[in-house]
Amino acid sequence: MKRNDKASRNARNGWLLSTPALLVLFVAATGPLVIVVLYSFLEKGDYSGVRWIFSGEAWFRILFERDIFDGTVSLADANLSIIWRSIKLSFMTTVITFVLGLPTAWFIATRSPASRAFWLFLITIPFWTNLLIRTFAIMEVLRNQGLLNTFLIHYGLIDTPLQILYTDTAVLIGMAYVYLPLMVLPLFAAIDRFDFKLIEAGYDLYASRMNILRHVILPIIKPGIVAGCILTFIPSLGAYVTPRILGGGKNMMIGNFIELQFGQGQNWPLGAALSTVLLVIVLGSLVLYTRISSRRAG
Amino acid sequence: MSVTNGFAVVARNVGKTYGEGKSAVTALGNVSLEIRKGEFFTLLGPSGCGKTSLLRCIAGFETPTSGAILLSGRDITYDPPNSRPINTVFQSYALFPHLTVAQNVGFGLKMQGKPKAEIASATARVLALVKLEAFADRLPQQMSGGQQQRVALARALAPAPEVLLLDEPLSALDLKLRKEMQGELKRLQIETGITFIFVTHDQEEALTMSDRIGIMSAGDLLQVGPPREIYNNPVNRFVADFIGETNFLTAEVRNNVVRIGAGHEFAVPLNGRQGTITLAIRPEQVSLGPAGTGLPAKVVEATYLGTDTHYTVALQDDSRLTARIQSNTTASLEVGDQVGLMIDPNAIRVLEA
Repeated sequence: MKRNDKASRNARNGWLLSTPALLVLFVAATGPLVIVVLYSFLEKGDYSGVRWIFSGEAWFRILFERDIFDGTVSLADANLSIIWRSIKLSFMTTVITFVLGLPTAWFIATRSPASRAFWLFLITIPFWTNLLIRTFAIMEVLRNQGLLNTFLIHYGLIDTPLQILYTDTAVLIGMAYVYLPLMVLPLFAAIDRFDFKLIEAGYDLYASRMNILRHVILPIIKPGIVAGCILTFIPSLGAYVTPRILGGGKNMMIGNFIELQFGQGQNWPLGAALSTVLLVIVLGSLVLYTRISSRRAG
Repeated sequence: MSVTNGFAVVARNVGKTYGEGKSAVTALGNVSLEIRKGEFFTLLGPSGCGKTSLLRCIAGFETPTSGAILLSGRDITYDPPNSRPINTVFQSYALFPHLTVAQNVGFGLKMQGKPKAEIASATARVLALVKLEAFADRLPQQMSGGQQQRVALARALAPAPEVLLLDEPLSALDLKLRKEMQGELKRLQIETGITFIFVTHDQEEALTMSDRIGIMSAGDLLQVGPPREIYNNPVNRFVADFIGETNFLTAEVRNNVVRIGAGHEFAVPLNGRQGTITLAIRPEQVSLGPAGTGLPAKVVEATYLGTDTHYTVALQDDSRLTARIQSNTTASLEVGDQVGLMIDPNAIRVLEA
């Protein structure tokens, strides 16, 4: 009995001691989330904000639109295409950063410890530069009279400038550039821990170079690959600055669309509903990634 | 019939240099070696002697700078490792951490494109050979060092290579396990009939397991022969010193008679050598008697080692010798005792000075 008393007192003390952490967790994480979900089920205010009346209108409007004149309901193509574009561009960003990031991380991890620090420094420099400035720099490169087009025209590869800026391609290039370090760093950490003797072992056991990559390297660095993909895909989904500047307002992603609802659109419930959708997609992809990463390679 | 037919591996004037110009390091000078089919051959030498470089040239991880490597008479010098029917047991085991024991063992066969049924049966057979049937579904990191060692062995044996290379595979194990694995390796070699090339710096390991030993130092092969021959007839001071314990004595040859210390004479086969020579005498071939018999000497150190006692004695000219005497044969001697030292002349080896 006495022991039970002590155990319960310990448990009580434990709760008491974790109160500050729980408070922060509630105020900073759970609370706002509850507010967002709550707002998505309210009626929109006249100018902004919400009216405290329950309404499913915001959720309805994500998927469907009502004709202004005759009130017929059809699928909200515009909204759906924004959500679809966000997923598509984020997925492609992840693939591009992986294809570029894997050799980069491999290169860095196989340098001598001294020069490794230098290469890692180069990779992390963009982190310390303002995102806006970096995005405007990309814009300078991509615009019609920009670096890329001038170069291509100068060497006679094209006659008229390529319209890259304000297209999905520009958004993709921008996002791949911005999120590349987030892919490289976890990959580097995984490759750094990789035992290169295993390559010799595979080579000794009749594996071709391709088979060593497929059956030895990739499965072993998979935790790094999964981490890199999560770190790239999830911020890409909610990207705001890059699609805003390089997509030119036409090629919106969810992030821009949400901003629009809270800003000019003055439709907070719709913005809140869209935020919740974004969150669900993120959680869904996280579940998917963990499924993939916990599956044992065969 | 080619002269190389009876040999599993032949190294012909193999040299290996790392780097170029002034910073070039020679790992292998000019090594020629013939390893017979089905033998347990050990490359023995201190670290940095080139034994691992030679092994890596045979495995294909390194390409010799000069010379050639033949496998069953076929030149494989420039073949990549994955096309050589030679497998390696790595010092660090290098087991695939993401694969189960069975998948590790079956890896080589899978890469060779063997059918699933064949892989499964070969894996089961090899796992039985190393007594790990019960661990097929474990991951390597869930096993002890000794078990991992067996998995590494099984993995290298599964594709039934012509030659198995073992790069100091026992060095990470504790003494008891190492002794056990020595016997195990020998048994596996006999059961499979595969040529084993074993690399070690442990002379005892080499003496117990090998059919033949090759002693290496500073990139050169000094002597090749069966353990007994190397122990009893070392070609030079390095080999004598590296294999077992040896007393070295400087002696004078005068009129075909060897003189040690203050004028004691021995009849030793000299093959016409004259002047100053070095004698190599194993401690177990030195016996100590009462003062007045043999060479006069004084005990300066006595170390009791259980079965044997090691006595270090000083001769009159202060040169020292170690004698290994069975502890129960004579009354124990004390430091300071005067003794008579006797050496069987047949056990004395004459080395170049």
